[in-house]
Amino acid sequence: MTASQTKASNRRKREPLFHLAKRTDINPKRAWMVRGISFLAAIVIGGLIFLIIGNNPFSAYGYIVSGALGKKVAIRQTVKFAIPLLGTALAIAPCFKMRFWNIGAEGQITAGAIGATFFALNYANTMPKPLLLLVMAVGGALCGGIWALIPAVFKAKWGTNETLFTLMMNYIVIGLVKYLQGGPWEGKPGSQIIPDFSQNAVLPKVFGVHCGWIIVLLLVIFIYVYMNYTKHGYEIAVIGDSVNTARYAGMDVALITMRTMFMSGAICGLVGFMVCSGANMTLYHSVADGVGFTAITVAWLAQLNPFAMMAISLLLAILDKGAGDLQTYMKVPTSIADIITGIFLFCMLASEFFINYRIIINHESSGEASK
Amino acid sequence: MSILNSILALVIAAILNGTPLLFGTMGEILTEKSGNMNLGVEGMMYMGGAVGLAGAFYYGKAAGESAFGPAAVIIAILCAFIAGAFGALIFSFITISLRANQNVTGLALAIFGTGAGQFIGEFMRTKEGGFVAVSNEMKAAFQGSPFPKFLQDIPYVGQLLFQQNIFVYLGIILALAMAFFISRTRFGLNLRSVGESPATADAAGINITRYKYLATIIGGGISAIGGMVYIMTIAGCVWNHEGLSGEGWLAVALVIFCLWKPQNALWGSALFGALMILYLRLPLAIPNEIYKILPYFVTVIVLVVTSLRKKRENQPPASLGLAYFREDR
Repeated sequence: MTASQTKASNRRKREPLFHLAKRTDINPKRAWMVRGISFLAAIVIGGLIFLIIGNNPFSAYGYIVSGALGKKVAIRQTVKFAIPLLGTALAIAPCFKMRFWNIGAEGQITAGAIGATFFALNYANTMPKPLLLLVMAVGGALCGGIWALIPAVFKAKWGTNETLFTLMMNYIVIGLVKYLQGGPWEGKPGSQIIPDFSQNAVLPKVFGVHCGWIIVLLLVIFIYVYMNYTKHGYEIAVIGDSVNTARYAGMDVALITMRTMFMSGAICGLVGFMVCSGANMTLYHSVADGVGFTAITVAWLAQLNPFAMMAISLLLAILDKGAGDLQTYMKVPTSIADIITGIFLFCMLASEFFINYRIIINHESSGEASK
Repeated sequence: MSILNSILALVIAAILNGTPLLFGTMGEILTEKSGNMNLGVEGMMYMGGAVGLAGAFYYGKAAGESAFGPAAVIIAILCAFIAGAFGALIFSFITISLRANQNVTGLALAIFGTGAGQFIGEFMRTKEGGFVAVSNEMKAAFQGSPFPKFLQDIPYVGQLLFQQNIFVYLGIILALAMAFFISRTRFGLNLRSVGESPATADAAGINITRYKYLATIIGGGISAIGGMVYIMTIAGCVWNHEGLSGEGWLAVALVIFCLWKPQNALWGSALFGALMILYLRLPLAIPNEIYKILPYFVTVIVLVVTSLRKKRENQPPASLGLAYFREDR
């Protein structure tokens, strides 16, 4: 072997098997096909888990679907699970579009619930029902908005890391509810429970589910229009692409950041109001119950598209409600719901790669050519 | 003397409660130094707690009378490490190789991990007839001091220095080693450069992918040990998800509080440990629940102050949370 041959073969050995290129255009049909495949992969992996713990995967999935959609009561329950998920995902979308990583939805929901509960407990008998509900909703939205505004101000003025700030804000407000539960708002002394709302402060039902679902559907349209057809939405998109471009175009980035975060927090607060007034009829510290975190994955997986969010939040609600029933039928702990949800999220996150990037296999000929 | 005694008791309790956080935080510091922000610490600590308990329990069951305490400790550490490393591997693959958003993937891992840990904990309990308990001898290996009796019996000094459980000493050694590794070795320098500016590091010939993978996986394993330490010491060797919940998020907070330095984690974890239990020992006019949010509140203040002062060495790694794609300019 001559020296030059060795050199060439060395080079070929060093050449990686493939390289990646960003895809700029993929037709939507193919993109949804990739997502469909990842969805199937998640079902298969989830099925393997059922096999490992000694259950028949087919009957397990059967129970999940029938548990979530089998009866009218079950469907209502599933929709009730989906409402806060969808509402919060919608709230987060503008922030994420702006690349402002608001992971404080959990806290903003809780803050909103506190605001709504304040009026429910103190003004239940002084106002007519529609007015009281309106005041509760506004109070919730304001509290949620202000809670979100705090980290936004620091981010806008001093560049404080918003991911970590919003994360910490969650636990502060949850602790505050625990205090209220055991302190000023406690019902029976020593119970650590805030008394149930009076009927006056409970959201009315439409088709068996509290009317929050109508509010959320209106929000879907609102966010869709807001993000795609308004000046605000455009500004958000520009900042998300490049802060410097936005500055150069004369946009007040600090103001837009604070405004968007306030709106996002306000919608989260509205969700908090719906959960405590419509679903729980009281306030307790886990009022958000992880929805704030799950909603982030919903928004992201939906590519921040409000209509796709509807589908994904419904899917997660079905998983959550259905897997909860597995305990009764198959003696599987309810935490299986989180495992299956996690697997779905992993698979769908992974699938985005195959939509955004193209894998180019490096053929041997290209190695020859580079000689 | 009674004041001295109660201060001593407080310090000891603070160290005990801070140790799980110390491990959780050290793991996350290592991870974040590589520019990866893994918000799944909570999930990995759950997995570590459940799998670590399972390892110790099934070892004790298999070995029966001849079970050897220190062996159980080592098995529990290994099991927890592997569980956490597995979680971090999923995270690494999706964020490093597949370049997905780190915040979202981390949250997915938190959901998955808390579910998996909870599931394993409950599954074990139902399978073993309602109760998972390890022998007293083994408990002593986890909760007792590794030092001889005469050292422990030295008044005050012995109590403070020699009566802690083994994980306290392991944690201190690991923190010092990690501080040395990050700030004094070539590999540590490379790791930091990957976290600060991956493009520069890449140009300098550092294998970005390898550093990120290794730091995240080992970091995840170390974090998970924290969960095991909680279950085996504070929770008394039984599965207790109520107690464990929140530890992981507190560890994320502590990373910020420590300004991404393992040596600060040593006293930071003890301080957070103290803040967690202070309401039991030092009743002030403040309600208990407000007391309990102090660690988060303090973290927010640290976060704000560091961003105001803009001191270069106190900032988060510059590329924290961003995926690196060589062709991206």
